[in-house]
Amino acid sequence: MASVAIEDIRKNYGPTSVLRGVSLLIADGEFLTLLGPSGCGKSTLLRILAGLEVQDAGSVLIDRRAVDGLRPKQRDVAMVFQSYALYPHMTVASNMALPLRMRGLSAFQRLPLVGRLLPGTARISAAIDVEVMRTATSLGIGHLLARKPGQLSGGQRQRVAVGRAMVRHPAVFLMDEPLSNLDAELRVQMRAEIKDLHRRLGGTFVYVTHDQAEAMTLSDRVALMVDGELLQVAAPQDIYADPDDRRVAEFIGSPRINMLDGMVRERGVIDVAGSTLAMELDVIAGAHLTVGIRSEAFHFVDHGGPDVLTGSVRMIEHMGSDLLVHLDLAGVDHPVIARLLAERAPYIAIGETLHVGVRPDRVLVFSRDGRRLRRDAGHGRASIAPIREIAR
Amino acid sequence: MGGARTDRAPVTSPARARAVAQTLAAWGLAGPAVFFLLVLFLLPVAGVFVIAFSDWQFGARSFSFVGFANFREVFLDPAFRASLLNSVVYVLIVVPGAGILGLVIAVLIESGKSCRAFYRAVHFLPFMATLAAMAIAWEALLHPAIGFVNQALAVTGLPTANWLRDENTALPVLAAIGIWQNLGYAMVLFLAGLKSIPQDLYDAADVDGADFWFDRLRTVTLPMLGPVSMFVVIVVAVRAFEPFDIVKVLTQGGPGHASEMLLYTLYRESFEYLRTGYGAALAVVFLGIVVTLTLVQARIMGKRVHYQ
Amino acid sequence: MSAMTFPNRQSLLSSILRHAVLICTGALILAPFMWMLSLSIKPPCEIFGVSFSFWPHQFYGIENYSRALTEAPLLRYMGNGVLVCAIILALQILVCAPCAYVLAKLRFAGRKLLFGIVLIGLMLPHQVLSLPLFILSYQLGLLDTYAALIFPYVVSPFGIFLFRQFFMTIPDDVVHAARLDGLSELAIVWKIMLPMALPALIAFSIFSVIGHWNDLFWPLIVVRDQSLMPPPLGIMVFRNEEAGNDYGPLMAASTLVVMPLVIAFLAAQKWFVEGMTGGAVK
Repeated sequence: MASVAIEDIRKNYGPTSVLRGVSLLIADGEFLTLLGPSGCGKSTLLRILAGLEVQDAGSVLIDRRAVDGLRPKQRDVAMVFQSYALYPHMTVASNMALPLRMRGLSAFQRLPLVGRLLPGTARISAAIDVEVMRTATSLGIGHLLARKPGQLSGGQRQRVAVGRAMVRHPAVFLMDEPLSNLDAELRVQMRAEIKDLHRRLGGTFVYVTHDQAEAMTLSDRVALMVDGELLQVAAPQDIYADPDDRRVAEFIGSPRINMLDGMVRERGVIDVAGSTLAMELDVIAGAHLTVGIRSEAFHFVDHGGPDVLTGSVRMIEHMGSDLLVHLDLAGVDHPVIARLLAERAPYIAIGETLHVGVRPDRVLVFSRDGRRLRRDAGHGRASIAPIREIAR
Repeated sequence: MGGARTDRAPVTSPARARAVAQTLAAWGLAGPAVFFLLVLFLLPVAGVFVIAFSDWQFGARSFSFVGFANFREVFLDPAFRASLLNSVVYVLIVVPGAGILGLVIAVLIESGKSCRAFYRAVHFLPFMATLAAMAIAWEALLHPAIGFVNQALAVTGLPTANWLRDENTALPVLAAIGIWQNLGYAMVLFLAGLKSIPQDLYDAADVDGADFWFDRLRTVTLPMLGPVSMFVVIVVAVRAFEPFDIVKVLTQGGPGHASEMLLYTLYRESFEYLRTGYGAALAVVFLGIVVTLTLVQARIMGKRVHYQ
Repeated sequence: MSAMTFPNRQSLLSSILRHAVLICTGALILAPFMWMLSLSIKPPCEIFGVSFSFWPHQFYGIENYSRALTEAPLLRYMGNGVLVCAIILALQILVCAPCAYVLAKLRFAGRKLLFGIVLIGLMLPHQVLSLPLFILSYQLGLLDTYAALIFPYVVSPFGIFLFRQFFMTIPDDVVHAARLDGLSELAIVWKIMLPMALPALIAFSIFSVIGHWNDLFWPLIVVRDQSLMPPPLGIMVFRNEEAGNDYGPLMAASTLVVMPLVIAFLAAQKWFVEGMTGGAVK
């Protein structure tokens, strides 16, 4: 068990910069997820943590010890790969025993045939077998030890890969999209098992995924990465409800958050799509902004007015309990999606004019360069100056 | 298909008519290939068996079957026995030689990034160069007086030899040429095998602590090359049973029968001495060896080759 | 193996070692080529002299190469080689592609039988068939003609197999669409399948040309007339006539025979490797 500190890690592949100065502190025993679209650098960061790749600049500390020059085996980390990377020619038992054998036995003791005759080999091997058996049993794969990976199902292979990581009690578990090769049902089941595993082992987990549902359900904190930058690190509920950056808001949540152009008419009033929203912001009049409204922040109202958007219905998606209503608003080139209660369904027709109310406290406002503007003056003040520049 | 056409009241169902038409079209398209496969492959191979089991000779109008007489003659002939033995010795030198060297060179090439294409090209060159012409180059290289090999040996004070005219060295020298020619083939097959090993396995080995080159080789590389290795052994063995050009150009099987090998004996008996029965029997023996190896290969590769 | 993860002294050392070993083995591999080139530009006195160096004191290449070209019909041999290889390849593609298409894309009675015949052909070493094929050429009066050099190779079981493997990877929908567009089955082979199977076509062409350019066994059996000989047979006859004494022109001739394929190989290495091993690693 250990904390992990990542300090200003940079990595370039030729001219493309994959990581542009990432810093992150992971507490001992924390489950942290690196979330982001593919190609954002999250896997590279994980591989740098593991020591499989070397950063161009910056430092990694595990348990307050700099590990930059150390090879993977010297870092006391274990990794579960997306492809599981089980050795196909070895049995499950041998796969799981390998990390212990590489550490516990000397090069001579590991030699075939001869190695067994050397003093100590038998004793250490027996201890390894016991440990492997114990781990396998705890994962429910004790009966599979004699099989080879080719004879296992996807879920079983996944457990073996986890077992191989667990068996030597590493300080940090690294997981690189471990569930992405499983079918949807199994993925949900394994998600629960990994969560449970973290609770049982209490180790530090760093988990990479592009699946926000995985990130939200598993993590203590989510670190959201885009284009080699860490945009926000926060608890799952905060990263959803209180994003720091427009890109965070857009990445998290489905359907995607609605983004509308707005302008501050006067203090406390923003013009949006032919209507107005009441928002206390520390921004001067005339400033242009982007207003983010999640689909569930809308509710059905009978007529227009302040804090109400009006548009014509373009499409309706029936989701069971809810409806996703696509609205064309005047002067907005893309439809706005509102999640409304299904009870209203019979009354809505395509082409009909619909009024939807907005809860002002659920509206997220961003500056034109993508930073969040909070109504809370303490936060808002920090962004006054640039906004003034934009507003001119 | 065709359920809506009942109004035509066909004699056969449309589906059946369609199947018949498809079959006719297929055999029509394959016709030339089928004809030539029969005339150039199946009939000749049947012919070899007929000649091998009969007393037919060139120009004879009739023949009668004589059972295994030709085979008895072949196996009692010291020249054939020498030839068979030499072929086996040659295979036993060339297969491990070319296989191990090919593996080592492939692993070395793949272990770095620089000059890969260059090294691959250099080592593969003998496999596609015209062997009859290269045999002449080898002859010059091995020439007792003006050859580079003897000149170099003389300079370093080592014993020289008349490599191709000495019955102790003729076969090993041919085998060395066989290794020279085939190691590039083995190398290329191993390179393909190495490329198909997932990088994740090496990463996993790194994390698991197997990061010394020897451990990586033992934990990942060699076990993952297992199937390819079996394959290389067989295809190189099949090739190693078929040397002809170097024997014909360099030694004519001599001195004595010291470097005589199966295909050369087959050629000489069939086309120089015109002993057709003997030649055909030898061809059957040769066919037996090659087909056995090929079937073993198909068996081993069975899971990977999907024939249907 | 992967790129070394850790740029340390171990990887520098191993890199030096890698190059050292590969340069040594490469030099051994190239020795016959170098010796051949070296002798081909040396005057006789240097060839038979005691001192040896790869580069001659007196450049004698022009004399050797012009003698090689004048004393033996070397250009004729090479012309024969080109002619024979080209005709064989053209016929093989013409015969094999439709058959491969049928095996890959049509369902018909006797398909398994046909494929079985192809597999048997694939297994047979061609030399085994030489005796009956020789008798057949004799009966047909083909001995000592170009036709004798060509006809045994009109169909290539390997070609059928390779094309079939590649055609199978082309989606059936492409064939269905072509049929709906009104193409005949034969037109589908030539206009759709073969162009889509260009990599297989190139690989097979290289395999076929190399095999027949280099073949000594069959031409030795059916051709006596010098004006019909392909390069390997020609160079062997040239060697025997020269009685092995005139090394300069002989090496020049060998170099000229080997050179076309070597140059083509160096220009398109990837395709050559694929062509020579493609069937093996399927």
